[in-house]
Amino acid sequence: MADSGIGVKDETRGEARVLSPEGDIDLNASPALREVVRGVLESGGAKVVVVDLSMVDYMDSSGVATLVDAMRSARKAGVRLWLSSLGPQVRSIFEIARLDRVFDIASTADEAIERSGGEDG
Amino acid sequence: MKAPVELSIQSDPVYLAGARELIAALCRRVGFQDEACGQVALAVDEALANVIRHGYDRRTDGPIRVLVWPESEPGVGGIRIVIEDEAKQVDPASIKSRDLDDVRPGGLGVYIMKRVMDGVAHEKREGGVGMRLTMHRAASSDAGVGGSGAEANDG
Repeated sequence: MADSGIGVKDETRGEARVLSPEGDIDLNASPALREVVRGVLESGGAKVVVVDLSMVDYMDSSGVATLVDAMRSARKAGVRLWLSSLGPQVRSIFEIARLDRVFDIASTADEAIERSGGEDG
Repeated sequence: MKAPVELSIQSDPVYLAGARELIAALCRRVGFQDEACGQVALAVDEALANVIRHGYDRRTDGPIRVLVWPESEPGVGGIRIVIEDEAKQVDPASIKSRDLDDVRPGGLGVYIMKRVMDGVAHEKREGGVGMRLTMHRAASSDAGVGGSGAEANDG
């Protein structure tokens, strides 16, 4: 079976790209998310990338690993990567892994973009 | 004692969601709160993902059995879960959590299992093929976020 189980909405807001995965991010779906994030970072143009997790009810460590990988790639590319709109289960796994202090996390995608603009300007 | 619930799946990650839903439903039946149900389902997800990635090297046709005792002992709240595979055997002592201060992709699964469950034990199966993982969590456990859990570099 090859159903990745996930779709990713890709939206441009000014100089920011907002990626909104929808579905569970587990070992089945993580490769698809990894490809989308990698493509956005490699395409250039965006100074800020927000991964909006409002439509993700579940994430396991493969999803966390995908986002750690994305954060490292973003730093190399000079892009600021935010996570936003974490639901209770998703927030919980970041707390268990103690990664909630490593990522830039905002309540909403709009807040992430606003905070990036304020800090850049 | 024969497990009252048994799930057999192939080592294809597409079946992880179904396994999580089953485990969460059984946890609710035992009386766990929603957060604890989610944590136990996460531990099983991580265990199955490790079997798929490391045991079967992402082969999707390897057999995996999930055996569940919704009560850890008759009349006692909690859940006991055994996961058996027919993949390559490894030294149980080599299956370790990684140091969380080392921020890198991967290696979190064992840490998460130990953090949210009360007991996690790997062993080689009899006959020279396959591993067995036994995990349990008591209904009264405070394991999980905020609980004592496992140390970051716990083996």
